[in-house]
Amino acid sequence: MTPSLETRNLTIRFGGHVAVDSVSCAFVPGTLTAIVGPNGAGKTTYFNLISGQLKASAGEVFLHGEDLSSLPAPLRTRRGLGRAFQLTNLFPNLTVMENVRLAVQSRARLGLNLWSIWSNHRELLGKAEEVLEMVALADKRDVAASALPHGDQRKLEVAILIALEPEVFMFDEPTAGMSVDEVPVILDLIRKLKAERDKTILLVEHKMDVVRELADRIIVLHNGALVADGEPEAVIASPVVQEAYLGVEVKA
Amino acid sequence: MLRSVLSNDFPRSRVLTALLVVIVLGLAFAPFLFPGAKSLSVAAKILVFIVLVASYDLLLGYTGIVSFAHTMFFGIGAYGIAIALARLGPTWGAVAVGVVTGLAVSLVLSFVIGLFSLRVKAIFYAMITLAVAAAFQTLASQLSDFTGGEDGLTFKVPEMLSPGFSLAEEPFLGASLDGKLISYYLLFFVAVALFLVMLRIVNSPFGRVLQAIRENDFRAEALGYRTVIYRTLSNVLGAGFATLAGAMLALWLRYNGPDTSLSFEIMLDILLMVVIGGMGTMYGAIVGSTVFILTQSYLQDLMKLASGGVAHLPAVGGFLSALLSPDRWLLWLGVLFVLSVYYFPTGIVGKLRTRALGGTRRA
Ligand SMILES: Nc1ncnc2c1ncn2[C@@H]1O[C@H](COP(=O)(O)OP(=O)(O)OP(=O)(O)O)[C@@H](O)[C@H]1O
Ligand SMILES: [Mg+2]
Repeated sequence: MTPSLETRNLTIRFGGHVAVDSVSCAFVPGTLTAIVGPNGAGKTTYFNLISGQLKASAGEVFLHGEDLSSLPAPLRTRRGLGRAFQLTNLFPNLTVMENVRLAVQSRARLGLNLWSIWSNHRELLGKAEEVLEMVALADKRDVAASALPHGDQRKLEVAILIALEPEVFMFDEPTAGMSVDEVPVILDLIRKLKAERDKTILLVEHKMDVVRELADRIIVLHNGALVADGEPEAVIASPVVQEAYLGVEVKA
Repeated sequence: MLRSVLSNDFPRSRVLTALLVVIVLGLAFAPFLFPGAKSLSVAAKILVFIVLVASYDLLLGYTGIVSFAHTMFFGIGAYGIAIALARLGPTWGAVAVGVVTGLAVSLVLSFVIGLFSLRVKAIFYAMITLAVAAAFQTLASQLSDFTGGEDGLTFKVPEMLSPGFSLAEEPFLGASLDGKLISYYLLFFVAVALFLVMLRIVNSPFGRVLQAIRENDFRAEALGYRTVIYRTLSNVLGAGFATLAGAMLALWLRYNGPDTSLSFEIMLDILLMVVIGGMGTMYGAIVGSTVFILTQSYLQDLMKLASGGVAHLPAVGGFLSALLSPDRWLLWLGVLFVLSVYYFPTGIVGKLRTRALGGTRRA
C-alpha cells in the first residue's frame, strides 16, 4: 500500500543537541505504528516536526506526496494531520463541550462565519456530543475544562483529536497518568480507529503490554535516531531494543 | 425572536437582567425622565461609551489582545465627522463622507498594525500600540490646518440635529422636541444596533475561535485555526466599532479636539469600564459604562452634599468635610475603583452570574 505520511531525513537541532536525527520513515493507512524509546529520545519532538509545531532544521514531511515542510501548523492540520498532546493542552475556561465543538467547527471550516449564532449549529453540537459519548465525558459537557480531574482532561485531549477527524492520528502517551479503570476507554477508541482501516495511526507509548497488543509495527527512536523498525515481536526481541529501550525501562 | 436578537446570549442572572432593563429603559426615556442639558449629555456619553467599551471588550475580553490604540480609532471616527462637516458643510452627505472616510482609515491602519505586530508577544504588542497612538496624537495636534490642532474643530451638524431645529412648538411630556432630542435618539438607536451586532459577532463560530485564542493560542493553531487571521480580524472589527463610536460622539458634541477623543485618559477610562463591567461578557460594557460615567459625572455633586452634611459634626467634622470636599473627587473615584476591582475581579457581570449559578445549585 502507498504511504500516507512520510518523513525524509527529518532533523532538528537545538544548539549543538540533535533532538531528531535524520529520521526517514513512511506510514501506511490502516496501520498502527508504535513509536518507542527512552525519555528524551525525541518522540514528542518528532511529532512536533510532523505536525508543524516546530520547524525542522533539515528534511521534509510529505502527506500523499505533497511536501508540507513549509506549511505552518494550522494548515497541516487542515491537510489531515491530527495531534493529541503529551502534556494536556486544552482551552481551560471553556466547557468540555466547547472544547470539542471548536474541533468539530474547525473540521467544518466554519471558523470565519461571523454572523450565525454558534449555538444554532445543531450539526456541530450533534457531532461533538457523539464524540463525548465515545470518551465517556457526556455527563460533564458543561464543566470547564480546567475543573476536570487529570484523567478526564486526558480523555478530553483525545476527544478533541477524534472530533477533528484527521487522516493521520498522532497520540502522544494518551493514557499517561490515567487511573487503571480509565485506560480501557482510550484503548477501545484506538482499537475502533484501527478497525476503520483507512486511518494512519502513530502512537507513542511506554507501556509495553499496550504496545504489544495494539501495534502492527514498532519503530524505535534513540538519541533522536531511528534505530529499529519492524514487526512488534521482532523489534522487541532485537538486541538494540533490549539494550537501548528496555534497559532504561527497567530502571525507570 | 429575543433569542435571535440577543444571539442566544442571555444575561443569565436575574439581578443582571433587572439591572440591564433599568439601564436600557433609563437611556431610552432619558429625555423625559431626566430633563435638563447636563443629564442628557451624561446619557449620550453613556451611549457612546457602551459602543466604545463593547468594541474594546471584543478585543481584550474575547480575543485577549491588549491594545492601547483604541482611542486612536475612536479619535479617527470623531475627526472624520468633524473634518468632513467643517469642510463640506452641515449636510447628511458630509456625515456619510466623514463616517466612511473614518472607517476606511481605521480599517487600513488596524489591519496593518494587526498583521505586522500581532505575531509578537502580548506585551510588545501593547507597547507598539502605545507608540502608534502617541504618534497619532502628536500628528493630530500638528496638522492644525486640518484638525484644528489643540483647539479642535467646532462645526455645524445637519439642520435636523442642531439645537435650533424644532419639531413642535409645544414641549412633549416635559421635553422640548428639538434637534438635540433627535440627535439623542439617533445615538440611542445606533448604539443599540451596534451593540447587538457585536453581541452577534462574539456569539458566532468566529467569536468562539476568538475565545479559544484567548485561552490557548497554541492549541487553536493545532486545531487548524490560523490565529494571525483571527487576531487581525478582531483588531479590525474592534477598530471599526470604535470609529463609529467616535463619529457618534462628534455628532453629539458638534465639536472634536484631541482631549475629547484622543487623550490617554480616555484609554484608561475604557480599561476601567471594561474591568468594572466584566471582561469578555459584552453586557459588562453596558453596566461598566453606566456605573463609571454616572459616578464620574455626579460624584462631585454627591460629595458637595455629604461634605455640607458632616461639617457640623463635632470634633471630626472639619476633617471629614475636608476629606469629602468636592476637590477630592478624583481620590474617591480612585478608591472606589480599586475596591470594585478588588471585590469583583470578574466585574459586576461576572459576579452576578456566579451568584446566579450558586443560587441554582443550592436550590
Ligand atoms: N524546544 C526545545 N528546546 C530545546 N531542547 C528541546 C526542545 N524540545 C525538546 N528538546 C530536547 O530534545 C530531546 C527530546 O525530547 P522529547 O520531548 O522529544 O523526548 P521524548 O522522547 O518525547 O521523551 P518522553 O518519553 O520523556 O516524553 C530532549 O533532550 C529535550 O530536552
Ligand atoms: Mg514525549
